Amino acid sequence: MSTMPEALVLSGVSKKFGAVEANRNVSLTVQKGSIHAIAGENGAGKSTLARLIYGLHRPDSGTIAVNGKTVSMNSPKDAIALGIGMVHQHFMLVPNFTVAENIILGIEEKALFASISVRKTAESIRILSERYGMPVDPEALTGSLSVGEEQRVEILKALYRKAEILILDEPTAVLTPQEIDRLFSVLRSLRDTGKTILIITHKLDEVISLADRVSVMRKGEVTGTVECRNTSKAELARMMVGRNVLLRVDNPVPAPLKPVLAVENLCCRTQKGAMKLDNLSFTIRAGEIFGIAGVEGNGQSELLSILCGLNDRKNRLSGTILLDGTTITGRTPAEITSLGVSHVPEDRLKHAVIRNFSVSENILFGRQREQRFRKGFGFNRTILDAYAKKLAGRYDIRFDDINIQSLASLSGGNQQKVVVARELDRPFLKLLILAQPTRGVDIGAIELIHRSIIETRDNGVAVLLITSELDELITLSTRIGCLYNGSLRKIFTEEEVAEGRTDEEAFEHEIGLHIT
Amino acid sequence: MKTRIRHIFIPFAAVAGAGLFGMAIILMTGRDPAEIGSRLFNATLGSGYGMGQVLFKTTTLIFTGLAVALPFRARLFNIGGEGQLQVAAFSAAVTGAMLPSSLPPIAAVPLTACAAMAAGGIWGASAGVLKVRFGVNEVISTIMLNFIAQALTGYLLTSHFAVPSTEHTAETGSASMLPGLDEITGFFRGSPLNVSIFGALAVAILSSLFLFRTSAGYELRAVGSQPDAASYAGIRSERYLLTVMGAAGAIAGLGAMNLVAGYKHYYETGMTAGIGFSGIAVALLAGAHPIWILPAALFFGFLEYGGLAVGAYVPKEIFMIIQAITILLVIIGTARKT
Ligand SMILES: Nc1ncnc2c1ncn2[C@@H]1O[C@H](COP(=O)(O)OP(=O)(O)OP(=O)(O)O)[C@@H](O)[C@H]1O
Ligand SMILES: [Mg+2]
Repeated sequence: MSTMPEALVLSGVSKKFGAVEANRNVSLTVQKGSIHAIAGENGAGKSTLARLIYGLHRPDSGTIAVNGKTVSMNSPKDAIALGIGMVHQHFMLVPNFTVAENIILGIEEKALFASISVRKTAESIRILSERYGMPVDPEALTGSLSVGEEQRVEILKALYRKAEILILDEPTAVLTPQEIDRLFSVLRSLRDTGKTILIITHKLDEVISLADRVSVMRKGEVTGTVECRNTSKAELARMMVGRNVLLRVDNPVPAPLKPVLAVENLCCRTQKGAMKLDNLSFTIRAGEIFGIAGVEGNGQSELLSILCGLNDRKNRLSGTILLDGTTITGRTPAEITSLGVSHVPEDRLKHAVIRNFSVSENILFGRQREQRFRKGFGFNRTILDAYAKKLAGRYDIRFDDINIQSLASLSGGNQQKVVVARELDRPFLKLLILAQPTRGVDIGAIELIHRSIIETRDNGVAVLLITSELDELITLSTRIGCLYNGSLRKIFTEEEVAEGRTDEEAFEHEIGLHIT
Repeated sequence: MKTRIRHIFIPFAAVAGAGLFGMAIILMTGRDPAEIGSRLFNATLGSGYGMGQVLFKTTTLIFTGLAVALPFRARLFNIGGEGQLQVAAFSAAVTGAMLPSSLPPIAAVPLTACAAMAAGGIWGASAGVLKVRFGVNEVISTIMLNFIAQALTGYLLTSHFAVPSTEHTAETGSASMLPGLDEITGFFRGSPLNVSIFGALAVAILSSLFLFRTSAGYELRAVGSQPDAASYAGIRSERYLLTVMGAAGAIAGLGAMNLVAGYKHYYETGMTAGIGFSGIAVALLAGAHPIWILPAALFFGFLEYGGLAVGAYVPKEIFMIIQAITILLVIIGTARKT
């Protein structure tokens, strides 16, 4: 036996979906007790690989060996029995169960009516969670947890099932920077107790700071594995995309014009009396990007839904919102859209797409009332097809068949590109609202999307940007507002932002002070 | 693409499986399945009359199947085809009987059809209003509306409209009767098959075009797939929920035209019983696709008339068991796809 036993060895693994080779002849070795990252472009086959290891798909050819033994898995049950656990990007918890109940769900005592000793479980969960620094109350209802806490429950669930190998598919995409730090220290302490971690991420900073080794995937193949000590962000980016990537797009000086959106003394109070927005005021001019920094839960989602005409009717609103002089409070989403407002919502799967519609039907989604796509009672398929293909080409959306393939079968990043492409390309656009516009997309696509946002701005559109990525905020924004407890505590002017870009770390720190 | 093939394969496999099961039951009752089978085919496909009977049953089932399938696309489960069909049949019979005899068919038939559609449509739309305005689950409201339809038609019939010492209304005027296909073609002799079947085909095709070719159909399917996303896209889902329930009721109402104007020419107690519920089975077998409704309705029409025709040799309950097993197999088949 060698000193570094192999937790996982894949040899020549292939998986096809119809004509798409999602994984081609993949060979990969993951050392026991290490953190192994997988990076790669959208659609490179990372999620597919993770699903193969977790028994959710079966390989067409090739073998998977766990702890030196070749295995054949028919379902996640087999994977769990082999000590493999997976944390999905979309958590699979029952909201009205407690944390403890969720964790033991599916592995209760075998005898049918045996009483489930929740108390005993709760105790062992508490011990488990303290050992790895993941505080969570076993008796809390999961519906009341934050995203970061839900993720901890998923990790605990895997550990409770005695997972020795833990797979995480883009775990940081939904977390705030603080939660990411906490997750990483948990993962490091897991590794230090001998567990093996396989983590998929697009964020190269994370790869370099967290992982021991990283494998890069391109077009279904593993193109290389390197030690993180010996690599750099730029080199990884080049390995992923096959060319030099601008990690930061140029942001030429904007020339903002007249105000487009004016929010004045906006207040939003929930039925229970909680003040979600508290005298919020700001304006956005045509041709500028107004960024909003803030920890989730400080009023971002209320602001977004009010701007889209979808605020909860039970909330009490006051204040004014003018779009080009027209008030938009109380208008329906369709009316607001027709005034020239476009919106990339935070949760694309839930709000921005219809998963079982085809790609081209999704490119039409929300824009189905535009005359150019209409013909009689229906749609002009030829024009729609040509348009969908044009956008797919411009935004490098990768798919199999634009008219047949359902959106759900696209890789996560490509789904996001569909939404961004559709919303940025609306005609007569005046205000573009972006929430986490690059969530889940690879660095090449981030560059592309950033360029398009700047181009849109230069065409005289006012842009509202809400993102948890501070570097994205600093790269793109003309001005930055710091949202705290429902109002803007500080607005960095154009000059201050330009100055801040020269010493980004200090600037990030300064923004951080205003939002916590 | 594999899933597509599988999608089409499931209903056929279910039908075949249920058929085998039926044969086994026939064996258990001590009969020869081959003999029953040949009697069944002689009674249905063996004569113009038999075929006419099957197609007549199929026609109503197409309408009641569509009345379930369309709301299904908006994620509404319309259990109320039964009541919608019943009030429509009553309304068509009474209207047909009250129209002045001087009215030519060109006016009388559309008026009767409007009366049927209005009655069914009001029944369907009521469930829609209850859902949209008060949040009442449509399964519950349509079941309640079925009871109301049953009670209301029963009361109106016995206390106001029944021909004395009978259980049916007065016969409609000849102007509002639909021509039978045996008169027109000379085929299907003696069977109740009438021109309604063309109406059923047309409504099925139009429904399919509506769902998959129009912008309203696109929005309706979006509402049914992901209501939250639809509202983000500015689609007013309430409007669709209401309209589709009203339209479903009206379509079920057209099914009543086949029964009343096409065949009986009056309303009698129990004449619509069970056909609305069979519509649910038809829609499930067809995967709520308007075009697949056609073969699905034909299959159920075949079993329904076939069961009657060989009822002297085997209990017709066997055919009800076959229907139910088909549906269960379809549900098992579709639930297993991942
Ligand atoms: N169920 C499926 N049916 C058809 N094609 C699929 C299916 N799942 C994945 N694919 C295809 O396989 C390829 C790889 O997808 P995968 O989700 O593994 O990519 P990924 O590397 O995780 O990308 P991302 O970074 O965008 O999440 C894509 O082209 C995708 O369209
Ligand atoms: Mg993925």
